[in-house]
Parts: sequence; structure tokens; C-alpha cells
Amino acid sequence: MKAVCWFGRHDMRVETVDDPKILNPRDCIIKVTRTAICGSDLHLYNGYIPTMEQGDIVGHEFMGEVMEVGREVKKLKVGDRVVVPFTIACGNCFFCKQQLWSNCDNTNPNAYLAEALMGQSPSGLFGYSHMTGGYAGGQAQYVRVPFADVGPLKIENGFTDEQVLFLSDVFPTGYMAAENCDIKPGRGQSVAVWGCGPVGLFAIKSAFLLGAEQVIAIDRFPERLHLAEEAGAEALNYSEIPDLIEVLKELTGGRGPDACIEAVGMEGHGASIDAIVDEVKQAMKVETGRPIALRQAIQACRKGGVVSVPGVYGGFVDTIPMGAFMNKALTMRTGQTHMMKYMKPLLDHIEKGDIDPSFIISHRVGIEEVPEMYDVWLKKQDHVTKIVIDPWADRKAA
Amino acid sequence: MNNQNSQHNGRNGQRSRLSRVEPWASYLGGGALTALGISRKSLGGAAIAAAGGFLIYRAAQQRRGPQQVHVQKTFTIMKQVNEVYSFWHKFENLPHIMTHLENVRSIDNRYSHWKARGPMNMSIEWDAEIIDERENEFIVWRSCAGSDIENRGSVQFFSALNGEATEISVAIDYDPPAGKAGALFARVFGEDPEQQVREDLRAFKALMEAGEVPTIEGQPHGRRSALVRAAKIAYPGSKKKSQGASQQRRPLESLA
Repeated sequence: MKAVCWFGRHDMRVETVDDPKILNPRDCIIKVTRTAICGSDLHLYNGYIPTMEQGDIVGHEFMGEVMEVGREVKKLKVGDRVVVPFTIACGNCFFCKQQLWSNCDNTNPNAYLAEALMGQSPSGLFGYSHMTGGYAGGQAQYVRVPFADVGPLKIENGFTDEQVLFLSDVFPTGYMAAENCDIKPGRGQSVAVWGCGPVGLFAIKSAFLLGAEQVIAIDRFPERLHLAEEAGAEALNYSEIPDLIEVLKELTGGRGPDACIEAVGMEGHGASIDAIVDEVKQAMKVETGRPIALRQAIQACRKGGVVSVPGVYGGFVDTIPMGAFMNKALTMRTGQTHMMKYMKPLLDHIEKGDIDPSFIISHRVGIEEVPEMYDVWLKKQDHVTKIVIDPWADRKAA
Repeated sequence: MNNQNSQHNGRNGQRSRLSRVEPWASYLGGGALTALGISRKSLGGAAIAAAGGFLIYRAAQQRRGPQQVHVQKTFTIMKQVNEVYSFWHKFENLPHIMTHLENVRSIDNRYSHWKARGPMNMSIEWDAEIIDERENEFIVWRSCAGSDIENRGSVQFFSALNGEATEISVAIDYDPPAGKAGALFARVFGEDPEQQVREDLRAFKALMEAGEVPTIEGQPHGRRSALVRAAKIAYPGSKKKSQGASQQRRPLESLA
């Protein structure tokens, strides 16, 4: 089969590799009908995630058709159409039983690597380094999916792939970020969202779904800010604003936003002194992230508010304004998304017509174009907002 | 004896958790070991009471010869204690999970024969004797005279989380083959004894909870660099490459 493989910083290649096989009794094999490039794939592309090996198959947003099931798989059968969550969970451990699916104990074969860095290991993830399991990813024609009865969500109605594909990551991730904000309908609550990529956009839509009155969107790319405005948010281009924190105060009656969502992660951008220092430190490998948006979110949040962090971090960051965090009595909520908790309820929202997740798509490509699309995605060229891949298509126009 | 006390008094207190550490030591050495710990640390009575279990542990470490390796690891398994105990007690199950074990044969209720692979693929055999056990609570063993590798240890089972889970705690001491130099050599080549015990216990937990041990051995990938291929040969990893253990591993239902 064809698969997109990581070969180093800014080096993705389409390789012909072996087809995947069933390796464990609860596995299934999926023929991928649609997959996508995630913002977090850029952390791999830029070489900021440790424990990648040359030749690793990437990709963690995918859906398809069940081709083969292991002998312990009860709920899925050959021919079923499924969306596969990016986290892998066993369904039986202490954490799965509490719906903390992305913290599953039994799905990371390299848990000891993650434990060395983080104390405890999160669950296995598709296509996202050996520290989180080294599982071959979904930017491929076929994928092996472990614990097939726990993760994959069956799609039994007439939705197109594009309408349900984002249940694999970005929609539930944006939704969990908004849910973490403690939004109560009818209270006139305000939420500020840093980063209007796919996760940020879904966080905006979800915040309104959950009953927020005001959502403020922060980014620097006009096409993203435009989508945020269409979703109902007030859009701020931070590159044109001298003092973002003051503007956020002015927009929220002087209080600051009730909740701040940091949907940027370890590779934030900015022009302030601390942002420049971070760029240098990250380049010199003394810091593994540039937490510019996280600092701003803590600084901006109203007293007693929530900082919700769906943005991805991999290691250590410096100069977190802990004084502001402590003295303002803030709460932080974060984590890889507990996918299995959200996929079915969000499918119901799609069914009811509350949301059509395909609004974020800007590019549709075949698998051979993926390496060049990583570059487009990194440089935010061509008004890109989301790249969807048909791994079986010949080259087609973007 | 000490151990019985620690099993029964103050299950929920901090002290009882500390006293779990290295139960075989309190078995073999009993009060003498505690006394040794006290005399060496020369602490006041109140402090000793607070740190009792820890002192036993420290004392045991000091008592150990220079060649010995000590490992203790604890995991929580979401299965009731009787299930975990009975699966473990069927020693023939263990080689399917623990990658360095090749074969275990029970001789009678007390004695069993064990065969394992050591560093550099060295074959190691020993007879083990159960020196004490209590159903659903603990098993304590030691190797018999004439073993390739002298070892002793214990596994303890504690009911936890309102009876829904078991905390399993394994403590093993052994003289590494080829002495301390052998242990160092093994560590350099990715066979760190602590990692072995931890990863074997982790696999045991996964099999008990999920019915299978997670793996990526045999999945597709693009061309590996020469460096990665060389590293895989030089550092075979904690378990995945050792004697094709992942192929040997069988799902839970076929072992029960």
C-alpha cells in the first residue's frame, strides 16, 4: 500500500510499504477512505516531537471501511463504515472506566518512554511518535486499528465522509476544550479562543452550542479570522493590536474573558520579547515549546476563570506566569481528547443539523500530493484552512 | 510475625503502605532486620514508628551483598484479587507474558522448575521453593541450592478501590549472572533488571485487564535508516525483540 512516512524535519515522503496485518485478537484493519493533515502533524514536520523514527507512517485523522476483524472483535464486522478516534483505549482499565480514555493504561507499548518524560504514560496514539506507542498512522491506504470495539464509531446513515471525518479528532478536541470552560447557558459568559485553526474553530462553534454569549477569536491569518467571524465570533488580528490583554478587557466590561482557550500549543508565534526569546531557546533546544498563547491566556483570563488548553505540548516550557495564575485563582484544564466520550453525542449534533464540520475544508488532494501539502500547511499558503486526503485518488486539483 | 501484622493492621494508613515494602525481608530476617535498621540509623522511637517499613527496606538493602540486584514494582489491576492471584499462581502462565521466562514447570505444591534467558541469550535454570503463601494475599519464594541464579522474592496482592481492583507488588532479589559486571553489561544492552520486572508486570496487567498485550511488532513502516537498523540490533529493547516473545503471547482466554 501507499503511506505517508516521516523522514525528518520537513521531509515527508509517500512510500510503498507492506499492508498492515492483524497482530492482536481485538484488532481490525480499515481501508481508509478519507484522512486529513492535523495542525499537530506540523509539530512532527518541524521535528519538535521526540522519538520519531525514519520511516514511521504518520496521520491520526481517518475513517474508512472495515476489511478484517480479529477473533475477539464483537461489535464491528467486515464492511462497516467507521470513523476512528486518534487515541487508542482498551475500555477496561482504571482510566477508561472513568471516561479518561486518552489516559488508558494498556495501549502504549512504549509506556516506559513516556514515563521517563512525564511520570506516567498517556494512551497510545496513531502516527505520533514512539513515545505514544509508535502505532502506524492513517495517512495511508490501510491501517491496523487496535481495540476495534472501543474506538471506531459506526456511521450508519447517508452522511458523506467529509461531514463525519472530523469526529476523528478536531471536532471532539474543540468541543472538549469548550466543555472544559464551565459554560452555563443564559449567564452571558464570554470565551476567548487563541488560534483559529480547525480546533479553535470547533471550539468557537462548541462554545456557542454550550451556551456562551460572546466568543472572541484571536489569530493572524485573515482566512481563519473570516471563518471565525462566520461562526459568530468577534475576530481579533493580534498582529495589528498593540496590547491584546487590554483589548480583551475592553471587550468584556473590564473583567477579562470568563474562560480562555489556548488552541495553539508548543509552536506559538508573536512579536513580543518573550516570543523572540522562546524562538531562540527552541532553536537551541533549551526549551521544547513556545508557550506564547498560554502566557497570554493566563494573563487575560478573568479572576477565578478557566484556562482550557487543547494546544499540544511535548516537553518543557519556560516562564509561565505562575504568579498571575495563582493570585487570580485560575483553573487549568487540558489533556489529549477523551474521544470515546464525545464522538457519539457529536454525531448526534451533526444529525440534528446543529453543525456541518466540513465547513473548515479548503483543500482536497490525493496521497501523492501530501508531502507538498505539508509545506503549504506549514506556511499557511493558498488560504489553507484544512487539507483532506483521498488516499485512493489520482492527483487532483486542489 | 511482622508480616502478618502488616497484613492486618491499619490497611488504609500510610504506615501500612510503607510496611508493604519488601515483605520477604521481614519474613527471613524478622525483627532482627528491623533492629538492624534501627541501630544503623540510630533514630528516636517516634521517628522509627513513623518510618518503620522504610527502615526495614533500607536495612535490607544494606544487608545485601555487593553483587545483588534488588527490584520492587507495584501496579494496579482492575480485577478482583482472587482472579489476579489465581492467574499468577498458575506459574505455567507466566512465560506467555514475561519475555525472559522460557518455561515454568510445577513439580508439586511447593517446588517448581524455571527456565529463563539472561543477558547475551544465556540460558538460566533454577528450582524455586515456595517458602510461604496465603491465598489472595502473598507468595514468597526462594531458589533452591544449585541454581544457576540465586534469587528470592515475593508477590503481594492487596484488594483496592473498594474491591474492584488489586494492587500487585513484586519484590525480587538476585545475584546477576557474571556478577555486577554482568548486570552492568546487561543494562548497557537494554536489559536493565528494573525495566524487565516493570515491563513484565505491565504486560501482566494488560493481559488481565485488556485481554492482550499491546504491540506494534509486525506493523508496516517505510525504509528505516541504517542507524535505526543498527541500533535495533545493538539494543534489542526491553522485550519486543527478545526471542519473539510477542508471537508466544497468547490471549487471556486461551491461558485461563
